[in-house]
Amino acid sequence: MQMLSRKAACDSHGQDSSYFLGWQEYEKNPYHEVLNPNGIIQMGLAENQLSFDLAESWLANNPDALGLKRDGKSVFKELALFQDYHGMPTFKNELVEFMAKLRGYKVEFDPKKLVLVAGSTSANESLMFCLAEPGEAFLLPTPYYPGFDRDLKWRTGVEIVPIHCSSSNGFKITGCALEDAYEQAKKLNLNVKGVLVTNPSNPLGTTMDRDELNLLIDFAITKKIHIVSDEIYSGTVFDSTSFVSIIEAVTDRNIDDTHELWNRIHMVYSLSKDLGLPGFRVGMIYSNDETVVAAATKMSSFGLVSSQTQFLLTNMLSDNKFTSKYIEENRKRLKSRKEMLVSGLSGAGIECLNSNACLFCWVDMRHLLSSDTFEAEKELSKRILFEVGLNISPGSSCHCSEPGWFRICFANMSQETLKVAITRIKDFVESITFSRENCNHQLTVLDSRRRLVSKWVLPLSPYDNNEPADR
Amino acid sequence: MRHLSTKATCNSHGQDSSYFLGWEEYEKNPYDEVQNPKGIIQMGLAENQLSFDLLELWLEKNPEPAGFKRDGKSIFRELALFQDYHGLPAFKKALVEFMAEIRGNRVSFDPNHMVLTAGATSANETLMFCLAEPGEAFLLPTPYYPGFDRDLKWRTGVEIVPIHCTSSNDFQITETALEAAYHEAQQRNLRVKGVLVTNPSNPLGTTLSRSELNLLISFITTKGIHLISDEIYSGTVFSSPGFVSVMEVLKDRNCDETEVWDRVHIVNSLSKDLGLPGFRVGAIYSNDDMVVAAATKMSSFGLMSSQTQYLLSALLSDKKFTKNYISENQKRLKKRQNMLVMGLKRAGISCLKSNAGLFCWVNMRHLLRSDTFEAEMELWKKIVYDVRLNISPGSSCHCTEPGWFRVCFANMTEETLDLAIQRLKDFVVEHTANGHSKSNNSSKNSKRKLLPKWVLRLSSRDRDHEPDER
Repeated sequence: MQMLSRKAACDSHGQDSSYFLGWQEYEKNPYHEVLNPNGIIQMGLAENQLSFDLAESWLANNPDALGLKRDGKSVFKELALFQDYHGMPTFKNELVEFMAKLRGYKVEFDPKKLVLVAGSTSANESLMFCLAEPGEAFLLPTPYYPGFDRDLKWRTGVEIVPIHCSSSNGFKITGCALEDAYEQAKKLNLNVKGVLVTNPSNPLGTTMDRDELNLLIDFAITKKIHIVSDEIYSGTVFDSTSFVSIIEAVTDRNIDDTHELWNRIHMVYSLSKDLGLPGFRVGMIYSNDETVVAAATKMSSFGLVSSQTQFLLTNMLSDNKFTSKYIEENRKRLKSRKEMLVSGLSGAGIECLNSNACLFCWVDMRHLLSSDTFEAEKELSKRILFEVGLNISPGSSCHCSEPGWFRICFANMSQETLKVAITRIKDFVESITFSRENCNHQLTVLDSRRRLVSKWVLPLSPYDNNEPADR
Repeated sequence: MRHLSTKATCNSHGQDSSYFLGWEEYEKNPYDEVQNPKGIIQMGLAENQLSFDLLELWLEKNPEPAGFKRDGKSIFRELALFQDYHGLPAFKKALVEFMAEIRGNRVSFDPNHMVLTAGATSANETLMFCLAEPGEAFLLPTPYYPGFDRDLKWRTGVEIVPIHCTSSNDFQITETALEAAYHEAQQRNLRVKGVLVTNPSNPLGTTLSRSELNLLISFITTKGIHLISDEIYSGTVFSSPGFVSVMEVLKDRNCDETEVWDRVHIVNSLSKDLGLPGFRVGAIYSNDDMVVAAATKMSSFGLMSSQTQYLLSALLSDKKFTKNYISENQKRLKKRQNMLVMGLKRAGISCLKSNAGLFCWVNMRHLLRSDTFEAEMELWKKIVYDVRLNISPGSSCHCTEPGWFRVCFANMTEETLDLAIQRLKDFVVEHTANGHSKSNNSSKNSKRKLLPKWVLRLSSRDRDHEPDER
């Protein structure tokens, strides 16, 4: 008899995809400015390390929150015992206020519709358990976050059917692509329960525009399916006015409050990207459907947020002065960092998708591929990892339908490190371009010479031009 | 097309059982010494509130860990970013050492075999996902913790088949009961993947004996199945015969590195021993590398907050503290249990002899109108609404015999416990006098018709109200 379940024994958690392989190599040889300057620079990790000083300064000024005290009195006992899966009411109040602030107060949230869970990883899985049976499907626009293959499918048995987006229109979702995906699901005999989008998008770094949102809403109304909007990056939009949340989009359609669509709109959020606190495990589900809220609340027992953490963050978020300053300053820094990467890459002849959010750029390296194939993308990916010493995420790991795109993170390192990374890329591109040009040149001009000099001489020449200053 | 999943719309999370109903009533009318002295006293919540002062003192003396500092330097950044599902190494090391200490260092644990989860609730569910397919089954001795109906079955699709234990031998697990359960599963066409026991037991408050543990190991060896030992109450053992962990018995049987070694898994938590359910600290310990690997990845769905891991790694690494805490906590639990047992005895109520846990398994069979679960429900409702005590009826724990109740003693002050005991005493007297119990006799019946009820109540109170007994 099989001793372990199929879930435990299989590989479908996706942990062995190339996305994670690069991480493993990085772990073996991590870059350090002083101790390991030739190591691999981690650019595959979407972390926000740019604004810790702001949080640290707040913590230094508010020792009670850390010391589990309220007005000088210890609330340790109260917190130690607090395991109510409805979550700390004060924390939920602050969260909905924070979420509204991020959206420029264009929408309002009701704390009773918010369910706290240990991270958005947990939130997404719980939503799948609530909305779909094993064997049913959700449609996801590609490219998408590789973790979804595990989070949405592994233990739930739910399937993902891709909505293919392409560079021809900046990877925007089209009506055609939606219909095609729906048809594809039908062909595979899968019942479609909904569409899940990440807005702002991981890995694109772009926010959905109103047209896309309206398309999505029309589609959900026609097909009578759910929309799950993972808005985990909502606080990383460089210019707040450009972000339209799903709730705002549905509200603006003047759809009646009682229309059944409202019960099929669900949002996921987390403090991991905006506040840069992935270690604290703060995620949430927001839903208009009471049954979903009730079920998800009970399910949150399987991943509650530590009361110690809820208490700390209640205090932090209740400081309006701090949150306003943080939001604004964080956006500025992210924007400036993104611009640094974009212009650096541009200097190397590499373009990025025009982005307005997130902690990474969606980079076009198609022209560096030896052929328009995923094998070539894998090859390039390995070269970048082993020769250039950068861990970046190949588009194929994000299910992109076109080879040659890569996600490159910019907010999880110092400015100096980013400069080093950019220089390495520049050097690499030059060496490829040079050796290609050289190759072509040699093939024509030196073709005759090749027969005269020994083989070992030819490989030497491209490297002579490597001037130390470029490194 | 069905809009939501069956999981979202069904009731099999067990949330509507009487276990939770009592809680709801309590929420509406909670006892407070000053503000609501007639309210319902919560005795259905297995929390350990007896030793917070020790923890608070430690926190006062050691402000650094809570303040995100190490040797005076801030490590906020490092913790804020730490989401490695392998867990904070320093915490895992401290936790395995703490677990060993509780077991008298008769066994040791390898941190590489430990998986951290946000609470034992998460640990138990994750183990089900790892060990069984939907539709397969685990055998559980009754009575068992009502939460298992949700934790083990709801999202996993795994079934529970009961191993019926009875008061005839103090609810110990017997070979007959194990075989009967296995057979029942087969009849229901359910493939049995393992046995799950809680040791010490919730709701019994007893530790498994060596012979029960040996029986279990032999059983799983013969059947080629798993054994999960939920040892969440291991730190609450306060008297003999003491706690024997399943790992210890395996060692004694020289089972290390044998096939059965890989099929024994332990669940642990700090919610009961340290009284920290709000901090969500759970762990799976398994000798099977593949289970550890799969459970580690699954822990992504319920990781522990790094803030909490860091605080507790400092707390548990303080060996002077842990040694003192373990012993003092046990002393206080023992005293409290004794207070409840003696108090109930004076009301003519006996408890199953227990040596652990935060509750007693109380025998109220003699107060039932009939030997039925309907009568148990009737009695329970009276206790909740009239006596105003929320206690857990045995039926919610799947007990096969009506009349048993789990009554908690560690989640309130001594004064409140006193009051609860007094209320129960008064109730028993009145209850017996009014002929509600089976043991009523006819002479009392005729007298009852001659005197108004309030007189009877008064006279019974006068007999028992001796200040010394409080």
